[in-house]
Amino acid sequence: MLFFSFFKTLVDQEVTVELKNDIEIKGTLKSVDQYLNLKIDNISTVNEGKYPHLKSVKTLFIRGSTVRYVHMSPSSVDCTLLQDASRREALVQSAK
Amino acid sequence: MSTLRTEQQSQEPLDLIRFQLDEFVLVKLRGAREMKGRLQGYDSHCNMVLSEAQEFIFSEKDVEPIVKKTEMVFVRGDSVILVSPSTE
Repeated sequence: MLFFSFFKTLVDQEVTVELKNDIEIKGTLKSVDQYLNLKIDNISTVNEGKYPHLKSVKTLFIRGSTVRYVHMSPSSVDCTLLQDASRREALVQSAK
Repeated sequence: MSTLRTEQQSQEPLDLIRFQLDEFVLVKLRGAREMKGRLQGYDSHCNMVLSEAQEFIFSEKDVEPIVKKTEMVFVRGDSVILVSPSTE
């Protein structure tokens, strides 16, 4: 659940999602669920010449499993908090 | 915390990744890709967040890989093949 909480802190921030089929989508993260499915608003495709079929789309839902990367601004991430949360999550997992 | 528990913990494969938190790692990914960066977070699915990262996309033999720099990136665990400590 760590990255579910992590993505919740990124809501309303600008992100770039790279999918496993190489499409890159830039937009505002609007919501996220436990499967890390994403809802993105005000989208633009980074490589529009190559993938013109998303040109008229404004908002979309991305199935979590198709995501390769999510790029974000470093200023929107608290690194120490994330590291500590990872250690805590590791402890919880090993106790199971 | 007893010694036994600490030993048990350090035996788990994922603990190797835990020791790399805030260190540079090399992550080999599906699709002939590698990502080098400072490990900021991970979970049991090998989802990861890397900072100061560089992505290498390999195409053909003897051709230099494409390098893409990224300040902060989330990598989905199902693309991860291996994680290794890296120098840099």
